[in-house]
Amino acid sequence: MKFLKLILKNAFRHKVRATLTIIGIAVAVTAFGVLRTVVTAWYVGVDAAASNRLITRQAISFIFPLPYAYKEKIAAVPGIEAISFMNWFGGVYLDKKNFFARMAVDAETAFDVYPEFLIAPDQLATFKAERNACVIGAELAKQYNLKIGDPMSLDGDIYPGRWDFVIRGIYTPKFDNTDATQMFFQWNYLNERILQDMPQRANDVGWYVTRITNPDDAATISSQIDELFMNSSAETKSETEGEFTRGFISASGAILGAMNFMSFTIVAIIMLVLANTMMMSARERTREYAILKTLGFSVPQISWLILGESLVLSILGGALGLLLTAPLVKGFAAAVPKGWFPVFKIEPITMALLIAAVIFIGLASAIFPIRRAASTSIVDGMRFMG
Amino acid sequence: MPHLIEIKALAKSYWRDGFEIPVLNNININVEKGDYLALMGPSGSGKSTLLNLIAGIDRPSKGEVVVDGTNIAKLGESELARWRANNIGFIFQFYNLIPVLTAYDNVGLPLLLTKLGKAEQKKHIETALSIVGLGDRMKHYPKQLSGGQEQRVAIARAIVTDPQILVADEPTGDLDRNSAEEILTLMKRLNEEFGKTIIMVTHDPHAAESAKKTLNLEKGDLIGSSK
Ligand SMILES: Nc1ncnc2c1ncn2[C@@H]1O[C@H](COP(=O)(O)OP(=O)(O)OP(=O)(O)O)[C@@H](O)[C@H]1O
Ligand SMILES: [Mg+2]
Repeated sequence: MKFLKLILKNAFRHKVRATLTIIGIAVAVTAFGVLRTVVTAWYVGVDAAASNRLITRQAISFIFPLPYAYKEKIAAVPGIEAISFMNWFGGVYLDKKNFFARMAVDAETAFDVYPEFLIAPDQLATFKAERNACVIGAELAKQYNLKIGDPMSLDGDIYPGRWDFVIRGIYTPKFDNTDATQMFFQWNYLNERILQDMPQRANDVGWYVTRITNPDDAATISSQIDELFMNSSAETKSETEGEFTRGFISASGAILGAMNFMSFTIVAIIMLVLANTMMMSARERTREYAILKTLGFSVPQISWLILGESLVLSILGGALGLLLTAPLVKGFAAAVPKGWFPVFKIEPITMALLIAAVIFIGLASAIFPIRRAASTSIVDGMRFMG
Repeated sequence: MPHLIEIKALAKSYWRDGFEIPVLNNININVEKGDYLALMGPSGSGKSTLLNLIAGIDRPSKGEVVVDGTNIAKLGESELARWRANNIGFIFQFYNLIPVLTAYDNVGLPLLLTKLGKAEQKKHIETALSIVGLGDRMKHYPKQLSGGQEQRVAIARAIVTDPQILVADEPTGDLDRNSAEEILTLMKRLNEEFGKTIIMVTHDPHAAESAKKTLNLEKGDLIGSSK
């Protein structure tokens, strides 16, 4: 700490170079933070997935339906506590770019398998009782300024026509990463209309959701379910909710992979920038380090001077970068269509990664200058003309 | 009474591209406490090399340098660094101050390695700067000082830890007559008033006159001394 003054003076000896380096680090840290936030936002569904929930879908693709008749058979498999089912409705709310999940769910059981969607008992009761009732997430209510009693209409695409609902419940998220941007309405309501308009598509279920007693049995129960419908016209594929969600994401996997790779490439590049700055400084100060050695500074003490300088630059750059990341992430969240990312914020893990990266960069950049200073003898250092 | 510095059968060679370059051959010198020694000789005769060996910033190829009973060639890197901090004050031809530090902070550098508190450090630094006559220039940066003043700051830095030995490598080599004279007067005072043992390399016979004794070096050999 006695060296702090000298370290700070050294770090800012070349004001322009130090400033550019700090800005470089800040920009990289910001890019890293935003990229990581996008990646984690994408995976938030996987992280939020309950390990005691299974999804059973059509084996070929989840876009093909399963018969309603499977419900009782699946429910009979040992280890299953609760079963529900839902259909992806799709459709348009007001404008095509308003993106959020709209699902036809089994009103009787939906909130049993999703205990993290918190809903008041009286609202749930009304939802179950009224055919055209719907429940929306608190986040969605906030975004579109909706409240209980408001009408809500969808233009169907998978299920054509105009669909009118009344909001009878607003659920709140139990956890930070719980998706509070969904809209649920009664599967019965959907099915009744389909029965009239397109009878051949009636009694179709998008997928089944089951809650199991013991997460460790997930694999066994999944294969037991799938065996039930082996060789039928609609074979099933059961998996944990996490695997199911991951399946959705893998469609965008290449992009995510690229983002992941980029975020770490940025760290590597910026390390080279700082390492270069530090190397230049150390080279210019070859003679000075020799002088300090004649004054009695030991190699470890000189190493601290160099390491300190490197850390000062990386930490200042990192701090500036962190300050810039927060508003940028906010701006980014505002720029992407609402509902694209149910949860979009800087996660603690992103913060931790950022801080670790900054310190790592500071440490790594000091290695070569320290080695150079240590291996240059005083006599050679004094004769050095840089 | 034992000698303060005993140099016994000292030899030094450098190795470049597999060739041995002998620089010092067989040097034997005794330096007494309170001596003021001038080291003269043509360029390349090994004056700086000898001075560096005495100051413990270079290592002999053969022979011994014993200072106050310590054979410094036997000390490890960190021990030697600590030994230098405690026993040697170094004055260079080109002052070698740190440009981003004020005169005050430059002089204070060696004190960073001690356990002295802020207040004590201040006392030492102010004393050293007032001895060299720069008590009023403490806040100045090196580039705001003349060459002679810079060298005086460097001398203050060399004496701030109160070492018993000062080594100076052409301390007046880069200065005009007047400034050089000031430095020589100061060195003489440090020797006479403060009892510092001084070894000074110089090309300048006039500078050598202010020393008590002159040694002449030629091609790595001592070729005699004069009072
Ligand atoms: N680190 C080194 N590597 C190789 N050769 C060296 C090294 N240091 C000094 N020499 C050589 O040793 C010889 C003596 O050098 P030294 O610097 O001691 O001379 P000097 O008497 O101080 O000369 P000057 O008056 O020019 O300063 C020279 O030939 C020099 O080239
Ligand atoms: Mg020399």
